[in-house]
Amino acid sequence: MKLSLVDMKPGQNGVIEKVMGGPGFAAKLGHIGLHRGKRIKKLSSIFRRGPVTVCIDNFQVAIGYGKAMRIMVEVDDGEENSTGR
Amino acid sequence: MKKIVLVGNPNVGKSVVFSHLTGSKVMISNYSGTTVEFTRGQLKIGEDSYAVLDAPGTYSLTPSSKVEEVAADMVDQADVVINVVDATNLERNLLLTSEVLERDVPVIIALNMIDEAGHKGVKIDVEKLEELLGVPVITTVAVSGEGLKKLVDALPKAVNRKKEPLEVADRWAYVGSVVSEVQTIIHRHHTWLESLQDASLRPLTGIPIVAIVLYLAFQLVIGVGEMIAGFLEEYLFGGLYGPLMNRLSEWLGSGGFLHDILIGRLFDGAIEFEESLGVLTTGVFVEFGVVLPFLTVFYLVLGFLEDSGYLPRLAVMADRVMHRVGLHGYSIIPMVLGFGCNVPAVLAARNLESRRERFIVCTLTSVAVPCMAQLAMIVGLVGRLGGAYLAVVFATLFFIWIVLGLIIDRFMPGYTPSMVVEIPPYRIPSLRAQLKKLGMRVKGLIVHATPYILGGILLVNILYTSGIVDYLGVIFKPLIQGVLGLPGEAVSTLLIGFLRKDVAVAMLVPLGLNARQFVIGAVVLAAYFPCAATFAVLLRELGLRDMFKSAIIMVLTAFSAGFMLNMLLDTVVPAPYMAAGLVVVAIILAFVVGSTSDRRELEDLDKTA
Ligand SMILES: Nc1nc2c(ncn2[C@@H]2O[C@H](COP(=O)(O)OP(=O)(O)OP(=O)(O)O)[C@@H](O)[C@H]2O)c(=O)[nH]1
Ligand SMILES: [Mg+2]
Repeated sequence: MKLSLVDMKPGQNGVIEKVMGGPGFAAKLGHIGLHRGKRIKKLSSIFRRGPVTVCIDNFQVAIGYGKAMRIMVEVDDGEENSTGR
Repeated sequence: MKKIVLVGNPNVGKSVVFSHLTGSKVMISNYSGTTVEFTRGQLKIGEDSYAVLDAPGTYSLTPSSKVEEVAADMVDQADVVINVVDATNLERNLLLTSEVLERDVPVIIALNMIDEAGHKGVKIDVEKLEELLGVPVITTVAVSGEGLKKLVDALPKAVNRKKEPLEVADRWAYVGSVVSEVQTIIHRHHTWLESLQDASLRPLTGIPIVAIVLYLAFQLVIGVGEMIAGFLEEYLFGGLYGPLMNRLSEWLGSGGFLHDILIGRLFDGAIEFEESLGVLTTGVFVEFGVVLPFLTVFYLVLGFLEDSGYLPRLAVMADRVMHRVGLHGYSIIPMVLGFGCNVPAVLAARNLESRRERFIVCTLTSVAVPCMAQLAMIVGLVGRLGGAYLAVVFATLFFIWIVLGLIIDRFMPGYTPSMVVEIPPYRIPSLRAQLKKLGMRVKGLIVHATPYILGGILLVNILYTSGIVDYLGVIFKPLIQGVLGLPGEAVSTLLIGFLRKDVAVAMLVPLGLNARQFVIGAVVLAAYFPCAATFAVLLRELGLRDMFKSAIIMVLTAFSAGFMLNMLLDTVVPAPYMAAGLVVVAIILAFVVGSTSDRRELEDLDKTA
């Protein structure tokens, strides 16, 4: 299932599928290590429209709401069921 | 002289390596963006000496902020590049390494944080990595100095690869393949530090943690600061220095030109450290008796927050609030630094992506974030009028911060894009590193502030004795008395405020103000203009045009806030209600008005989607 980072639930894992928005934005995310095909785990959302924190490899990144909405993740199948959707 | 440049991602330990290689002291903290300017030092190897340059961290040589530009430029000037790589984050770090290897410069790699990599179960085959990259790789633990001697010895072996530039997707593939060949990860359990790490990023646990941290920080700084200041006042100034100055005063004949400058005015034949306004009395007292104790405690607390890695987490939790004033969470870091001194705050604003953010951070900090020197005086002097009046000062500044932020966000074109920032792991601060940093900062204060504080006091005396104050007092009376309700003479504090805010606050005492006037004076002094040192960096960072705009905003804001207090405080609304009211109104306004930046960013998203 494809979800934006904002819609993912804390604890869910997945693979970055697409980064929407300008090429500059995708490039910048790429530099910090978030690029297509990268495995990612969502840690938390700070309130409804706050930043999202994720874990990639060994590090954590906080992404503001406006940007997190543009990052689409293919969420692992097993995870989806286990969180009760 | 040959140039060795340290290049690497943010927060990988470049500055620690730099200080070991050169013996120079630089700021080291556990968050991205500590170093904002390049720093130069010297390294002697045998007979030769080299210039070593510590660059700001960067994720790429195609820069996306002012700070990253500096780093990218420096690679081009280098004779040798030491690429510092964080072993716990090999893949992300090697993205930059692959870019560096394409430049026409010899490169050597310091594979740093190898100790932490061990704890995290990351094993790296160093020989294999060396072979794949084609440049020497030396493992280091910069904080303990391990491997740095080997690094220096290996410098002549640096290799210039000048590889063919890769396309973006190919670069990821290349780095991915290197990592898969050299790295093995052994799974292990979460440590307590890591559990705390996650807890401080979850709203349910994170908010209470923010509250506890801020409360403790505030209590420590104010409580311990007051304790030390009180102790010094009683024993050092009362018991030792006071009698000495009294002797000097007698010796100078209790009057005359020199006496006025050094000792100042006498009250019933005695020196009053707060009011005499002599260089050796009030000047020394303000700096060493009030400012220094508070600032030392503040920097101890700040040092702990910086080195533990809490600040970026505070930034995440504060993101929603910061959006209301047209910023994103990470801008809270310059503001926190601003409570120590506005100068490093303005410099730290360089990490922010856009001109818009830098303008807002600089303006809000100058207006509504008083530095510790000034805060110490406010706490000391306003505090004695009662806690409610002190609360009014803080509440007014908070109110200004929110309302001015909302206004600038609404009327300044464009928007502030939301943040993407790395959150470092928690690290247990080392006592030695803490003390070293504290020493650097305290020394900085003494060296930089002393001439201004003593010079400021000297200038006060000249202004008074020459009659300039009386003259200006008459001219500015309509403004000072009409709008702010202060005596015309108070213009002198505004003049001195350009030099030093702490001295300016002290100068409110001899004016014989009542409580509400004192509060108005303190607020206006905090907001109306930055001190000379801050002004100089603001001008450099913002440029003439933006500085001019910012200055107009500052002056207008200060006088509006002063006028508001003059109209309402005590005459219409008693102090405790005033303080509570300002905070509540500011919060309600923030909710009702919302973030213009947010709206514009989403509109922009709809357009590109
Ligand atoms: N455990 C461990 N910590 C380290 C090591 N090297 C540096 N650190 C810590 O890493 C943090 C960052 O160090 P800095 O030297 O400020 O990093 P920097 O690369 O200069 O960072 P920026 O200036 O922000 O780009 C500090 O908290 C250091 O104490 C190391 O080898 N091992
Ligand atoms: Mg640094």
